[in-house]
Amino acid sequence: MEINLSIDPDLVRKILTEFIRSEISRVGFSRAVINLSGGIDSAVSFALSVEAMGPENVLAIRCPYRTSSPDSLEHAKILIDQFGCPSVTIPITKMTDALIAQEPGMSDIRKGNVMARTRMIVAYDQSESFKGLVIGTGNKTEILLGYTTLFGDSACAINPIGDLYKTQIRQLAWALRIPDVIIAKPPSADLWTGQTDEGELGFTYADVDKLLYLLVDQRYRPEECMEAGFGEKFVRSVIERIRRNQFKRVLPPIAKLSSRTVGYDFLYLRDWGT
Amino acid sequence: MTLNLALAQINTTLGNPQANLEKHLTLTKQAVQDGVDILVFPELSLTGYVLQDLVPTVSCRAETNDPVFKHLLSASRNVDMVVGFVDEDTRHRFYIGSAYLSQGNVIHVHHKLYLPTYGLFDEGRFFAPGNSVRAFDTRFGRFGMLICEDFWHASPPYLLWQDGADMLLLSSAAPGRGLNGEPKLETSTWVELINQAYASLFTIFIAHTNRSGFEDGLNFMGGSTIFDPNGKLLAQAPYFEEALIKTEIDMNQLHRTRARLPFLRDERPELVLKELGRILDH
Repeated sequence: MEINLSIDPDLVRKILTEFIRSEISRVGFSRAVINLSGGIDSAVSFALSVEAMGPENVLAIRCPYRTSSPDSLEHAKILIDQFGCPSVTIPITKMTDALIAQEPGMSDIRKGNVMARTRMIVAYDQSESFKGLVIGTGNKTEILLGYTTLFGDSACAINPIGDLYKTQIRQLAWALRIPDVIIAKPPSADLWTGQTDEGELGFTYADVDKLLYLLVDQRYRPEECMEAGFGEKFVRSVIERIRRNQFKRVLPPIAKLSSRTVGYDFLYLRDWGT
Repeated sequence: MTLNLALAQINTTLGNPQANLEKHLTLTKQAVQDGVDILVFPELSLTGYVLQDLVPTVSCRAETNDPVFKHLLSASRNVDMVVGFVDEDTRHRFYIGSAYLSQGNVIHVHHKLYLPTYGLFDEGRFFAPGNSVRAFDTRFGRFGMLICEDFWHASPPYLLWQDGADMLLLSSAAPGRGLNGEPKLETSTWVELINQAYASLFTIFIAHTNRSGFEDGLNFMGGSTIFDPNGKLLAQAPYFEEALIKTEIDMNQLHRTRARLPFLRDERPELVLKELGRILDH
């Protein structure tokens, strides 16, 4: 059972920059906006966007909340300086707290979702003012696991990195000269203090990427993965996560009534006519 | 005899035959200036690939009174060409077609035989499959045309070889995929491998035009190739980018290769027929 998560960064870089350029320009735009969290995923999407569109055409957005790690803001700043892009910093504390204040005892999960969706509102607002498309920052691991806020951090116009596992994002990050401090730090949604992806998920990206590669890319049966040494509980929980979160990966189903219905028998690519 | 063969590895506008026609005519003019004899466009070069419900709105007929083909036929007075289109027959079935045009005439139309309907492909939902595979005579020799999935099956190239084709003009709109750490996509490696194999096994020329560009998230990987009857790579277009590559083909290479490797002479199609008959009878 071969697990090959290696990528040729130059090949991937070529395809993804062409993708960004093509998908932005064909709808009449020449610019992009992106939420920079200070983490590796948005750093990679950002670097690819800059390479595709030129630094002057990519707006970096920073949306700190009062409990956000100062490192997040600082790491985003390092990227902005390194790539020489225009940027805006729009704190989301007032917006977020205005809603939270109306619901005493709101859970961390709910607060985290509100923050993610507030950042989405900022990105789409900047999209209109900067006349740039919102670039997605979700990787294949989190999309499959549903480790994302629907209509929050998953919202975007195009996503260049959604078919790369976290392990592969790291390889691309080196090639794009993302600073070591960003590549090396533990991945975190930074929605509350001390949160880390791997702590919350209960497994490491290194492990789950291998399992996802076998199950999804190579179509191995769960039993074969267990025979290869992946724990049964781990395998079952990952499969269940993938199934349970399918709703985050599709448009909401429309109840069919007519003879031609969007999503079922009204079928066109988004790039229709371009 | 030598001929100048050019492959037009183009991007297309999805569902806009007029825009694509203009690109065809521009490249045709350039090819004529460059002394090209045959210009090969990719699969569905006049329409784009993932057409879905656009299929009935972009179809045309390879006829002189067709609003798209009349311009192409006119241009073919100066250079032979292969174009990709949606062919609507008189009973309103839609096919993925390739037309060979020469000196104002439609010499041959091939309908895609194998419509991939698996994985990312959904062609069988929107198109009818072709039902014949024929070589045809041109002013430069006897050729055959196949479209993408057609040459992922060994029988169509074999049949064209046995029907007298000395050069296969292959076209595709192949979405690139498959990462493995190598500097080339797995799909590129595979298509080059099989085309080189056909050239070597059949001692014929294999010219394959793929397209470039994106449709939604699909990248069309380019990398069009020409192999000679020795299986030698004569020319290759870059990956992922539009390109017009030109190569002088020495048709006498057929003589030299087959003098050395008489695979065509020794082939036993009657044995194939007999054994297939037996296999299919069971």
